[in-house]
Amino acid sequence: MHNFSYARPRDIEAALRLAAQPGSQFIAGGTNLVDLMKGGVQMPGRLIDITRVTGLARIHELPQGGLRIGALATNADTAAHSLVRERYPLLSQAILAGASPQLRNMATTGGNLLQRTRCPFFYDIGFRECNKRNPGTGCAALGGFNRNHAILGTSEECIAVNPSDMSVALVALEAVVQIRSLRGVRQVPVAEFQRLPGDTPQHDTILGPGEMITAVDLPGNSLARHSHYLKVRDRASYAFALVSVAAALELEAGGVVKDARVVVGGVAHKPWRVAEARALLVGHHLELRSLEAVADAAVRGAQPRQDNAFKIPLMKRAVVRALSEASQAGRTGT
Amino acid sequence: MEWVGAAVDRVDGRSKITGTATYSGDVNLAHMAHAVLVLSTIASGRITTIDSSEATRMPGVLAVITHLNSWKLPDQGRAGVNPPAGRVLTLLQDEAVYFDRQPVAVVVADSLDQAKAAAAHVKIGYAAQAPTLLFSQAKAGAHAPEKVNQESADSERGQIPADSFAGIQAVYTTPMQHHNPMEPHATVAQWQGDQLILYDTTQYVSGCRTTIAKTLGIPRDNVRVISPYVGGGFGCKGSTWAHVPLAAMAARQVARPVKLVLERPQMFGPVGGRPQTEQHLLIQADDGHRLTGTRHEVFSHTSMIEDFTEPSALQTRMLYGCDNVQTSHRLVRLSVGTPTFQRAPGEATGTFALESALDELAYRLNLDPLELRRRNEPPMDQDKRLPWSSRKLLECYSQGARAFGWSSRNPTPRSMTTGKLRVGLGMATATYPANRSPAAASAALTEDGLLIVKSGTQDLGTGTYTIMTQVAAQTMGFPLAQVRFELGDSRFPEAPVSGGSQSAASVTPAVQSAVAQLRRKLMELAAADQGSPVFGAPLEDIVIEEGAMGRRGEQRREPVAALLARTRTSHLEAEAATKPGAEKQRHSFHSFGAVFAEVHVDPELGVVRVARIVARYDVGRLLNAKTGRSQLLGGIVMGVGLALMEESVLDQRHGRIVNANLAEYHVPTHADIGIIDVDVIDDSDPYIDPLGARGIGEIGITGVGGAIGNAVHHATGVRVRDLPITLDKLLT
Repeated sequence: MHNFSYARPRDIEAALRLAAQPGSQFIAGGTNLVDLMKGGVQMPGRLIDITRVTGLARIHELPQGGLRIGALATNADTAAHSLVRERYPLLSQAILAGASPQLRNMATTGGNLLQRTRCPFFYDIGFRECNKRNPGTGCAALGGFNRNHAILGTSEECIAVNPSDMSVALVALEAVVQIRSLRGVRQVPVAEFQRLPGDTPQHDTILGPGEMITAVDLPGNSLARHSHYLKVRDRASYAFALVSVAAALELEAGGVVKDARVVVGGVAHKPWRVAEARALLVGHHLELRSLEAVADAAVRGAQPRQDNAFKIPLMKRAVVRALSEASQAGRTGT
Repeated sequence: MEWVGAAVDRVDGRSKITGTATYSGDVNLAHMAHAVLVLSTIASGRITTIDSSEATRMPGVLAVITHLNSWKLPDQGRAGVNPPAGRVLTLLQDEAVYFDRQPVAVVVADSLDQAKAAAAHVKIGYAAQAPTLLFSQAKAGAHAPEKVNQESADSERGQIPADSFAGIQAVYTTPMQHHNPMEPHATVAQWQGDQLILYDTTQYVSGCRTTIAKTLGIPRDNVRVISPYVGGGFGCKGSTWAHVPLAAMAARQVARPVKLVLERPQMFGPVGGRPQTEQHLLIQADDGHRLTGTRHEVFSHTSMIEDFTEPSALQTRMLYGCDNVQTSHRLVRLSVGTPTFQRAPGEATGTFALESALDELAYRLNLDPLELRRRNEPPMDQDKRLPWSSRKLLECYSQGARAFGWSSRNPTPRSMTTGKLRVGLGMATATYPANRSPAAASAALTEDGLLIVKSGTQDLGTGTYTIMTQVAAQTMGFPLAQVRFELGDSRFPEAPVSGGSQSAASVTPAVQSAVAQLRRKLMELAAADQGSPVFGAPLEDIVIEEGAMGRRGEQRREPVAALLARTRTSHLEAEAATKPGAEKQRHSFHSFGAVFAEVHVDPELGVVRVARIVARYDVGRLLNAKTGRSQLLGGIVMGVGLALMEESVLDQRHGRIVNANLAEYHVPTHADIGIIDVDVIDDSDPYIDPLGARGIGEIGITGVGGAIGNAVHHATGVRVRDLPITLDKLLT
């Protein structure tokens, strides 16, 4: 590991002042960053440990409805929080589908939103080509083992996937990221917080230098009761998604769909919204034909690579399954 | 007290759970420095430049050792080659690079962090050559190995008929895998003058000692290897890989003790792994469902510098009755690290192919797969033309089938369901050879009556400490608490490698013999002592029970400690060396088992979960019902990994393992393991050794790949012939 300086401020202002200096990086749970530093993938000159900053770990109700999850709330605490479980079970399911209990005890909301891809060519500096790690060096995944790489929204510069389960649920729930810097405060929907690689895959998100995630706000809505997070993976626990689906429905009495959200994971550089889902489902009963139409929409434009063509049929089936499960979820009251 | 066979808790369990067991990486010596390996990032070529100037100037750095400034070893570092311990190693003797992650430099510093930081600043320039990485292409140049496990690479008996009533011809493949024991390889090397002490995590202390002595060109007496605890081996610690001599070389160069612990990604290349196999099977049967012809051709990869063969066809020579059998093994050279023994080398992968093919044949014959196996139970080992020492496979089949509920299976694929999931039931035969090697042990009594038994064997976490304590206690007539068994030191009487499922059969006779001799000496001492209750008694009338001695049939007993105190005997000892006799010329020794698997498969998503495994084994006498069961169970869990998950993915351009970490190299998690029901046909093997125990280190993993693959076919109708069975192969 390379040498770095380390600071542990007690309040946000001090943290932001430190972060304004070049080469600085925040660290909280460190479940991803420490790995990357050990592997020589990231070499921040200064680490700003924000785990002692007060007030960032709270989970509380917002006055206009909805819930604010502090950036330092651990994934374990968030998934187990009674209000999250009651109003946003989708989020709880998604978090619990990821990592391991030990990791979830350390990992935080803000860190989860910023976790880097598991692309092996990014993660191992023994492979020289990686536009995300070293812009301009090429993409080793294009001609290499890319079974778990993206099929949607890729570029010739990068086909990495975002590994977060939590983010997929947050996009479906239309959550908003609260961001602070010395310049002020801004709010960005999670759906726009993470970005597609384009020709600058070194940027995973829109977060700028010196900016800190302080919280994620979940709006009050009626999508909670009929929701389901489906994760398909190579083993039953502690594996990244091959594909995942966050499905949330608002159903009228009689089963007509009033509103719908479908977001898929494991297939793009960010959670991938299936925007057509609303138009295809709202105003109708859930029928296999419409579910399959949403599934088709989910993979429209998909560009498979040599090892990951299976993700297209798998994703379609997963979308149908997740929507079916989401509609069932209301009946069992979960 | 009948200790042998009892479900005795691990005698070393408390030390492990409380963290007081000192593994190699836990050893800290005064003035110890830390070494880090720098590994190559090309798979073929040579080193052209090394710039270590920056690294050398970094804080705490003591040395940057490369081929330019290394200890020049006899025979270019290859004087110790003698498998299994001595392998062809690359020890910084020249600029050649034969595989990715080959050691090319060692950085030594005061602290681990300093060494790691400096290692990242060693700049190495290469002249790369095109590596050979495509198995399918390199196969054209495959060559025959000289020997396969001391047997010939090829075999042939009878002649496979050109026509048959029914037959199967298919190709099965298994991928490259890596052992990944929880404890990584670790060595602490310390020179005391010309004496070298190695605290090394190894499956073979005496083999390591010999290998190091020869490799470094120093007398064997000058080397001591200490390895009291090993955190899992699975074969990769059976050989002395490059980091061990490199640690010794580094310690001499900096004139301080040096600790060298491999990082997880460094376990994917320089310390062996299971080679990939491509297995061509032909199996034929007549209308009476008797096998008329079997051909098993195995291609597996090896490295550019050494031949290692995955002996996947050996079991096919003997497992079933068949007059016409051909087998062959061929090696395909790739620019990768030399593969090695991993978890039932040969049988784990070979039974996947053979047992899958038999399942396919059973469907072709419209016959119950279990019945097909029963009908082809051989009366003897047709390969060696010897009777079995004992073979209770038919009992394994019947007991396993009953416990599993095999008779309620509807043989039609896709016919059984539970909820929305498809249910698949499959079975396979498990087998592994029973081996025994020469071994020695010593036994001594301390003045307070503690029996200390020593043998230079190893405990990989499997239970060696415990079973040897049981055997010694029972032989002596002592309670377990009055016995201490010590192992893992090359100064102790020599024992074989803890590999090939042989430690129980090899070392227990030596322990029994040494303790029996000591017991006799103790009785002689007592019989000659006027104060003893057995004074003047013939030895056959003397008994020792619960640590006390007396005359058979008489009440009066005296604790052994009291005898020793009264006779002022401070030390009493005996030593024994035992070895197998001519029994292998008279009998064929193998363990057997029947494995039944139930899988649940999601019909749309292809997700496979192993809900249940029932296995029954014939392993001779089980020495400890608890640790033995655990070992078999652990083997089955590894079999689940082999069937569904484990695969080291080789980058076809650079020759580097892509998933060289435990997040992406998948082994089963707890959540992947359902019910496992294991039991044994507990019956002594009358010829293997005095206790009738065969080793159980490997057999648990065998047959599991076949049973699960056959169950997946039964559930889905899809025959996956290429491991691992991942869900993408089931999306139909």
